[in-house]
Amino acid sequence: MTQPSDTRPPTAHFLLDGEDVPFTPGQTVIQAALAAGHYIPHLCYHPEFQPHGSCKVCTVRVNGHTAAACTMPAQAGAEIESNSEELNDKRRTLVQMLFVEGNHFCPSCEKSGNCLLQAVAYDLGMLSPRFDHFFPDRPVDASHPDILLDFNRCILCELCIRASGEVDGKHVFALSGRGIRKHLIVNAESGQLADTDIAVTDKAMEVCPVGVILRKGVGFAVPIGKRQYDARPVSAQALEYAPRSPSAKRGGAE
Amino acid sequence: MELSNAQKTSLDAIVARHGADPNRALQVLIDVQDAEGGWLAPAVITRVAQQLGLPRARIEGVAGFYSFLHLEPAGRYRVLFSNNITDRMLGNEALMTAMCEQLWVERGRTSEDGLVSIDMTSCTGMCDQGPAILVNGWAIPNMTQARVEEVAELIRTQRPVAEWPPALFAVADNIRRSDLLLGSTLAPGDALRATLARGDSTATLEEIKRSKLRGRGGAGFSTGLKWAACAAAPGDGRVVVCNADEGEPGTFKDRVLLARQADLVFEGMTVCARVVGAQQGFLYLRGEYRHLLTPLNEALARRRRDTLLGRSILGRAGFDFDIEIHLGAGAYVCGEESALIESLEGKRGIPRNRPPYPVTHGYLGRPTTVNNVETFCAAALVALKGGDAYAAIGTPKSAGTKLLSVAGDCARPGIYEYPFGVSVREVLADCGAADPLAVQVSGPSGSCIDASELDRKIAFEDLPTAGAFMVFDGSRDMFEVARNFAHFFAHESCGFCTPCRVGTSLLRNQMDKLHGGKGSQYDLNTIYLLNRLLQAASHCGLGHTACNPIVDTLKRFKPVYERRLQSLEFEPAFDLDGALARAREMTGRTDPGAYLDRSS
Repeated sequence: MTQPSDTRPPTAHFLLDGEDVPFTPGQTVIQAALAAGHYIPHLCYHPEFQPHGSCKVCTVRVNGHTAAACTMPAQAGAEIESNSEELNDKRRTLVQMLFVEGNHFCPSCEKSGNCLLQAVAYDLGMLSPRFDHFFPDRPVDASHPDILLDFNRCILCELCIRASGEVDGKHVFALSGRGIRKHLIVNAESGQLADTDIAVTDKAMEVCPVGVILRKGVGFAVPIGKRQYDARPVSAQALEYAPRSPSAKRGGAE
Repeated sequence: MELSNAQKTSLDAIVARHGADPNRALQVLIDVQDAEGGWLAPAVITRVAQQLGLPRARIEGVAGFYSFLHLEPAGRYRVLFSNNITDRMLGNEALMTAMCEQLWVERGRTSEDGLVSIDMTSCTGMCDQGPAILVNGWAIPNMTQARVEEVAELIRTQRPVAEWPPALFAVADNIRRSDLLLGSTLAPGDALRATLARGDSTATLEEIKRSKLRGRGGAGFSTGLKWAACAAAPGDGRVVVCNADEGEPGTFKDRVLLARQADLVFEGMTVCARVVGAQQGFLYLRGEYRHLLTPLNEALARRRRDTLLGRSILGRAGFDFDIEIHLGAGAYVCGEESALIESLEGKRGIPRNRPPYPVTHGYLGRPTTVNNVETFCAAALVALKGGDAYAAIGTPKSAGTKLLSVAGDCARPGIYEYPFGVSVREVLADCGAADPLAVQVSGPSGSCIDASELDRKIAFEDLPTAGAFMVFDGSRDMFEVARNFAHFFAHESCGFCTPCRVGTSLLRNQMDKLHGGKGSQYDLNTIYLLNRLLQAASHCGLGHTACNPIVDTLKRFKPVYERRLQSLEFEPAFDLDGALARAREMTGRTDPGAYLDRSS
């Protein structure tokens, strides 16, 4: 599967919240929207990877029916609703679900300020977790000399799985379990990251939107207050990264 | 842990028997677990992954997905009690407790000596003869206190399951009313001969279209349109798949069709292969029906001998088709057709993004027709007798007959085949249901109706159904019915999308909170909120329908919820004194000072 080339001229349009959005055939709703300067909140979507639509935060209403904007092919003439109170309310609930599912303690997390989950939650105006916390027991994996895995913060977006498989060709990460017990595993009989062939230069090291995959020793090199989402909300930044193509897969993240 | 040479030889032989085909990873794991005494040790996973040429984590992920595969030591005897509401109404909890006591093991744990583990599992499709259990995957229905003692003794004396008295495993068909399908006396090959006699395969496709046959899995998509789309899809290597992953709680009609009318099922699949141009067929059999595997394979072998399968079927050059049976391993979501295809490919059973649909991009990306067991049976009859005759039965939008799996509070549970359009009242009268309070039509993902709606019809235009028909009488508490279903969905959510993964567990917790007498209006509001979100944002039908049983019962039986509400304001689920219970247990304290609430 290839993503559409950015050089082809748009041949059709759909309406997003009443505004005309051009797209090239093969683009999904979120690809066309971001390219045209319209932010749709998302977590598991990443412009460099094949979308798979699991977080559902990008849920929009297409001709009256809800669909994930990251996997929904753009259709000419479609009327799409995204930035409505109702849909943002649903997104807020989904983000709340992700917060209570894992163990997220932003004040003590070294990813705070660089965390997409936190940024999207702020942007959506999430004020409380709303639901009872699950408080799952998820031991950290500090076995690797240069890398720490803190599974407590995993939101199961599968970006590391996709990066390790599609770009690094290593399959360091995978999912096991089912339902609320679904969890990230690493490719080693011991279950420890140190026994995998991960390297700090892997693409899988760059893509974690939350604080699961961390390089040791650099956690506070950039102080709190000067981090990616401290200055501007995610909705203002996401557009800058949107038009990246798969050819930019290496080193194009920041 | 190192594998012994004997273990390695045994594992490698199993993988070789499956052609070291990565697409058969699930089938390999099922066989390996049997050979390895009931669980898949880390070294075993590593070896299987190496032999299949797949990343180790991928194989671990597959094993971790299916309920019947174990990554931790499980007992050499693994006992699972079916936990459908009908089993519950027949006393499965007391029987499980009794067996746990007899074998000195806690629910969900493996005994210290590794002999036995006992737990609950989702509906095993024996609701007409429950309570039912599975022992190492083999079904034993009609559990009683006496049978609990018998099974416990067999386990204690470590008799191999293969040597247990055959009477234990006797499964009745309980056919109470036959019509077209169950009454069919079609001789193997009749429908194929009729198909070939029509000449061009499009002639039989036309008959299927004229029959107005719709999919029997519940959704009711036109079979003719599905076959036509698959036949017209570009690409080679077309595939026909029979969905026999009958997991909807309360449904067991495919069990009976596969036991009684296996030829009709295979004949329908072969007719489909002729129409769409497929050479490869699969029947995906739910793991709970493992007892049907040998007879079904025998039927396939017989059909091959009779030139009804294999090369040049019925002597027609170029008409090549064969069928292989794949076993499931305890995952309801695999009944969803794209998840089923993932599972056939040896992966975790996660529903795919659609479009594209299986008819164009199915098994290994090839055009694939997936139909229910009952649909293939009906298609075989249409191929034999023509579409008009079939369309004349039933109602305008629901042609033909429907098998209902009737269970619960009635005198004669079992299989009832009716022309579409039969009223709920008529079914209740036939099965001997006195004092019906409610009927759950089509299982938890279907709809719950009450006594004021008994004139509603079983048909796509009114009450569509995959077959389940569970009856509840006036003695039943519909809140507990809904709570059982909430636990079912939480257990069976595949976990792919956020709303269903987290939402079904939140819903289960909400119901448990109400059950524990700590509910308030706030909790009911949360249930409605979850319903709206899961309907709008879930990835597949499981999430879309997961709140149905609760919303349906809230609408019809609200008092059973309201009487559980402690207040109209918020009450926390957290119980501070309850949280101290573990500390009390560990310290052995029972004095009043060890309790916060001294009044209780």
